[in-house]
Amino acid sequence: MRDVSIIGIGQTAVTEHWNRSLRHLAYDAVAAAMRDANIERADALYVGNMLSGEISGQSHLGTLIADFAGLRGIEAVKVEAACASAAAAFRQAYIGVASGLQDIVIAVGVEKMTDDVGTQLSAGLAGAADADYEVIHGITFVALNALIMKRYMHEYNVAREDFAGFAINAHANGAGNPNAMFQKPISREDFARCGIVSDPVGLLDASPMADGAAAVILCPTEQAREFTDNAIRIKASALATDALSVHDRRDPMWLQAAEDSAQRAYKQAGVGPDDIDFFELHDAFTIMAALSLEASGFAQRGRGTWLAIDGEIGPEGRIPISTRGGLKARGHPVGATGLYQIVEAAQQLRGEAGDNQIKNATLGMTQNIGGSGATIVTHIFERVNQ
Amino acid sequence: MATEIARHWRLNSQRYRLVGEVCPKCGVKMFPPRDVCTDCLDDSRQPDFEFSGHGEVYSFTTVHNAPEGYQESAPYTVALIKLEEGPLLTAQLTDVENSEVEIGMPVEMVTRKLRTQGEEGVIIYGYKFRPRLPVAH
Ligand SMILES: [Zn+2]
Repeated sequence: MRDVSIIGIGQTAVTEHWNRSLRHLAYDAVAAAMRDANIERADALYVGNMLSGEISGQSHLGTLIADFAGLRGIEAVKVEAACASAAAAFRQAYIGVASGLQDIVIAVGVEKMTDDVGTQLSAGLAGAADADYEVIHGITFVALNALIMKRYMHEYNVAREDFAGFAINAHANGAGNPNAMFQKPISREDFARCGIVSDPVGLLDASPMADGAAAVILCPTEQAREFTDNAIRIKASALATDALSVHDRRDPMWLQAAEDSAQRAYKQAGVGPDDIDFFELHDAFTIMAALSLEASGFAQRGRGTWLAIDGEIGPEGRIPISTRGGLKARGHPVGATGLYQIVEAAQQLRGEAGDNQIKNATLGMTQNIGGSGATIVTHIFERVNQ
Repeated sequence: MATEIARHWRLNSQRYRLVGEVCPKCGVKMFPPRDVCTDCLDDSRQPDFEFSGHGEVYSFTTVHNAPEGYQESAPYTVALIKLEEGPLLTAQLTDVENSEVEIGMPVEMVTRKLRTQGEEGVIIYGYKFRPRLPVAH
């Protein structure tokens, strides 16, 4: 296995790109990453995307993006794992380089969600759950998270207000990220008073969905210096699965796939949670932030919200999360989100995170969740030079 | 359309009678049925097991923005039900106001319309759960 580094990053703003379609968005991010890495060609392209078939009527996305980006002829394929598609695509790119089969590889996550904001989008998103045993009962993605959150509050005697810190921290950080969908802080009162979507999930517990694309370029670490002085090493890459349905999990209050992928990642990197300087977690809903912190070893079972209450997740806290706004404020272009997290982690480690810069950040972790916890991808990154 | 009907027809014994499976090796009862046991990974042919339809509410929430095919019944309550034989399943609650539902509430299975599908208006029936009625002695 070869050591692998990120040598280029690119992203579009997360917003409604009404004049840009899937292929344009993906191209924007890929072109920016290729410029950043000073490369003109690559050996392969992995495209993370969930909904191109459902929303845009477009399958065969790997080839479309390769052709449109001026890369006709290279190996290209779409990788789909619901909301974890982009980190899963990144991992395929990593495996390609680490194995020695490919040298320069592009991973891009892209999602076009605003071409349909109604029932088609909600049906597409529900496709992450079990069609025969969950979706047929009229379940929505929000409702699945509401079922988990309500039981969690019941079992651990937690109030909805206890989750406020996750949303407040994300919005405060989003204010420092020019690519974030929401760049305005929110208050505790805003959180308490917001409309309830699916009890107990309120509008400010849930992340907003929009269009976006983010991309990175990978190459063997030993070649990275030819391209950049700013390479970021991939210290660990792990993907784990759990039962697709919430009702089939051994313990619906525990993200087993988060524990499994995080433990594998810690082992590969030879580190533990105490060594991680910041954590881009998958705060699609506030409950997911709490469960992710617990299963990844940052909080005890049932105590994920305590970190938010105690201010430990802020930029100066013990484990800063959602440092550029997270899904909650940067936005959640589902099949692209995992690569936004990775691009943001690279920005932090390069010292390019602007107002959001975490001081002396050396080790960063990202975690991308597909469905309500069924596919979870964890990566650990390290600053190489400086 | 014919294949769409077949997709639902295949599930009739689950939807109408809660037919799951019992593992011949370790005895665990499973719903939905599976080809490989969740506990011991045994993959021999598993005998059918019809669940009693009794259980309790493990968690619940209300859906206001219903997906296509469900809008006429919105808002409705969906729940995770803990069956008395062990497994959890996802289902709608019926014959009860959302404000009256509590975690731990005893419920029983009934057959109701799940959704209307397609331009022909094909109706798909299946299990929902209602508060368990007191038994007469
Ligand atoms: Zn068994």
